Amino acid sequence: MMLMLQDFFGPFWPAVWALVKIVVIVMPMMGAVAYLTLAERKVIGYMQIRIGPNRVGPLGLLQPIADAIKLLMKEIVVPAGADKFLFLLGPVLSIMPALAAWAVIPFTPELVLSNVDASLLYIMAITSMGVYGVVIAGWASNSKYAFLGAMRSAAQIVSYEIAMGFALVTVLMMSHSLNLLEIVKAQQGPLGFLQWNWIPLFPMFVVYVIAGTAETNRAPFDVAEGESEIVAGFHVEYSGMTFAIFFLAEYANMILISALTSIMFMGGWLSPVGFLPDGMLWLFAKMSFVLFLFLWFRATFPRYRYDQIMRLGWKVLIPVTLVWLVVVGILMQEPLRGLPVLNIWFH
Amino acid sequence: MVQNYLAVLLFILVGLGVGVIAPLLGWILGPRRPDPQKNSPYECGFEAFEDARMRFDVRYYLVAILFILFDLEIAFLFPWAVVLKEVGLFGFVAMMIFLGILVVGFVYEWVKGALEWD
Repeated sequence: MMLMLQDFFGPFWPAVWALVKIVVIVMPMMGAVAYLTLAERKVIGYMQIRIGPNRVGPLGLLQPIADAIKLLMKEIVVPAGADKFLFLLGPVLSIMPALAAWAVIPFTPELVLSNVDASLLYIMAITSMGVYGVVIAGWASNSKYAFLGAMRSAAQIVSYEIAMGFALVTVLMMSHSLNLLEIVKAQQGPLGFLQWNWIPLFPMFVVYVIAGTAETNRAPFDVAEGESEIVAGFHVEYSGMTFAIFFLAEYANMILISALTSIMFMGGWLSPVGFLPDGMLWLFAKMSFVLFLFLWFRATFPRYRYDQIMRLGWKVLIPVTLVWLVVVGILMQEPLRGLPVLNIWFH
Repeated sequence: MVQNYLAVLLFILVGLGVGVIAPLLGWILGPRRPDPQKNSPYECGFEAFEDARMRFDVRYYLVAILFILFDLEIAFLFPWAVVLKEVGLFGFVAMMIFLGILVVGFVYEWVKGALEWD
């Protein structure tokens, strides 16, 4: 069967096979996004002593599908005075990075679409493009709320990207490689979860989760959307499927951040204890934990003011990351790295 | 190795494709009944007062420029971090001098109030 197909496609076979694998990654991703929205409503519902959606299907399990169909059937309104091309380009530019970053995410040592050495660099580069979608959408809409939301969002995303970048630098120092597979393998060892990066890089782990929340415009850093002050921010003029794409991109980004957090700080597919086998399920369990944190944050914290967000990003997170970068650099030096306890992580 | 990047390129194209096809489907399946009220920019029930592409705070530019400086710094740190084990103490001290200069600039902009939003 395989060989027959290989013959049929000839020189195009690698591309076709890669496309098949991409579909195998993207389809469950879409499902995960759909059910993350339901999980969010359910979790926040129970945290507020409500039940959450429970009408469509048993326990509301068909709710995301109903939502998707509804959005599909809605009119796409392009406001007068909007730049039509840029207005439609905005959602494309925000969904593309959210999906394309998955090309290099390793699920197990063997299960990775493309094992490239510069994978972390690629992730940094491609996720940075997400901000263009937001800025273009906000500018093209010709609406004041959209414009304000886009400005805020752009400044916020770039501010937190610096803290995020410094956090990644310390991860690289620990693993001596930009390859995500190597980053996970560097955390492997007999001590299980005690050897993962989250212990020696604990401040960076916290910074990364906070910066990830801010990068995805999630509560409590959601001033870019801020429904009680600028109605919905950059996507106020979007309706139907164009809105759905922004929604999809936000949740796909959340899942991506949770995957990256799991891979870089919590050992990816590695099992937390020696006597259990490693596997993809561990990665999913860790991702679910981080995603639950995101939902928990939203249910717990009131929204930050914009000046507080910028202060947290520039005056707290960046100094913390700079200091910890130097600390890790010192601990990595020759006499120190060999000392007992320290040699668990610095090898 | 190059073949691995083919998959990355294809994934980018698939990402773009999702962004194009989904709105296209919505455009085909959804109704199209535009009217002047519906197409006007949202302004809480008012007619839009003026053009939305208005002047904005110069501090956004400042943030953008500071971002470029720091992001460039991170780009320099990436290769250094990967080989830190090999370059040892010498490489570490060299980067600390570089970081020190950056921190002086950071402290300066902090004291000057470039990071204040009030």
